[in-house]
Amino acid sequence: MHIPDGFLDAKTALATGVLAAGGVGLALWQAKRSLQPRQVPLLGVTAAFVFAAQMLNFPVLPVVSGHLLGTVLAAVLLGPAGAVIALTAVLAVQCFLFQDGGVTALGANIFNMAVAGTITGYGVYRLARRWLGLAWSAAIAGWCATVISAILCAAELAWSDMASWRVLLPAMMGIHAVIGLAEGAITALVLVAIARRRPELVEQPTTTPWSALALGLVVAIGLAWFVSPFACQWPDGLEQVALTLGFDHQAVP
Amino acid sequence: MMSAPAKIILALGVVLLTVAAPPGTWWYFTILTMVLVLATLAMRVRFMATRWLWFVPLLLLPGGGWLVWKGALCVTTMMLLANTTPFTEILRLTRRAGVPALLVSTVALLYRYLSVLVDETQRMQRARQARTFRPRSRRERWQMLGALAGELFVRSTERAERIYTAMCARGWR
Repeated sequence: MHIPDGFLDAKTALATGVLAAGGVGLALWQAKRSLQPRQVPLLGVTAAFVFAAQMLNFPVLPVVSGHLLGTVLAAVLLGPAGAVIALTAVLAVQCFLFQDGGVTALGANIFNMAVAGTITGYGVYRLARRWLGLAWSAAIAGWCATVISAILCAAELAWSDMASWRVLLPAMMGIHAVIGLAEGAITALVLVAIARRRPELVEQPTTTPWSALALGLVVAIGLAWFVSPFACQWPDGLEQVALTLGFDHQAVP
Repeated sequence: MMSAPAKIILALGVVLLTVAAPPGTWWYFTILTMVLVLATLAMRVRFMATRWLWFVPLLLLPGGGWLVWKGALCVTTMMLLANTTPFTEILRLTRRAGVPALLVSTVALLYRYLSVLVDETQRMQRARQARTFRPRSRRERWQMLGALAGELFVRSTERAERIYTAMCARGWR
């Protein structure tokens, strides 16, 4: 899902850059207030862990294998602010050292995965945790985080006139709905393994909820900004009925 | 030999120009391609070529040719930068450009401990293979890999605690 250089036009690159800077800035501000000094190296080492864990290939089908993306995993283990910083570091290194994702698309990639994916995943996880156990909450959150990143990615590409939204959305959603299943399962397995070994790492006290809410607001702005212009292009229920029954031409504009 | 800041600014400038150049400006793309090919010849060409292959499926898109050309030029530019500039120099420049210290130190620690953790992953996998433990089903294989990743994280946190102690011992903050 790493967007390369040349896929986004200037306005999309700028808009996503602003959103990413806002999200990461907010996370840094929050982390500076609440992070204990001994947790500072933990951010970097967890980022390195996400990188290393991406090397483990989970067999999906005889020829297809999947690997961890790590957004929800980091969010559960580090809290929302720490996870945004750790995943931003991962994406920056992937961009500059491994040329995975373009420099001009770095803002978009950070916003889609490190900000929107992490925060959505964290929100879903906390919500699901009220009724469900660790494994199921993490699995559902992992799926949601992957799909929300894919939707944003599709919307940004459509904004840049790469392809029509009607082609991009089903294609991206379809693939990532399946990838999300693997991501959810892997996240759940890893978290259960950690909880068995060191339960205190997973069952952390709740962080201040309003900081997560502020980050959630950034994500909501991004969704409204990129996705809503396309959402209303879709025929709504009534228009669709009118089209199929053939009385749409009777509508008075 | 160019200085690191000059190289970084030049590379970013080339990427920006390439992305902004409208499709059809033949002279710009031809000259840049020739320059980059000459520069690439001095490096490991096969390693670069595998990265260009990623762009091949995009040729099927309408107008994909220009997109692929742009993408490949940008990737090559960044590859040349990454393979000729110490990463610590890039970090120092980002710090000087005003990126917050917490983010830069996170990236620096990620870079420093990446190879350590990759080695650790390989060591754990080798240890398991040496004990001829083989999962019977896909379900067991997933559980085994999940446990491996979990153990890797626990070891990572313990490493982070040791790093913090070492940082304090060396007068950090």
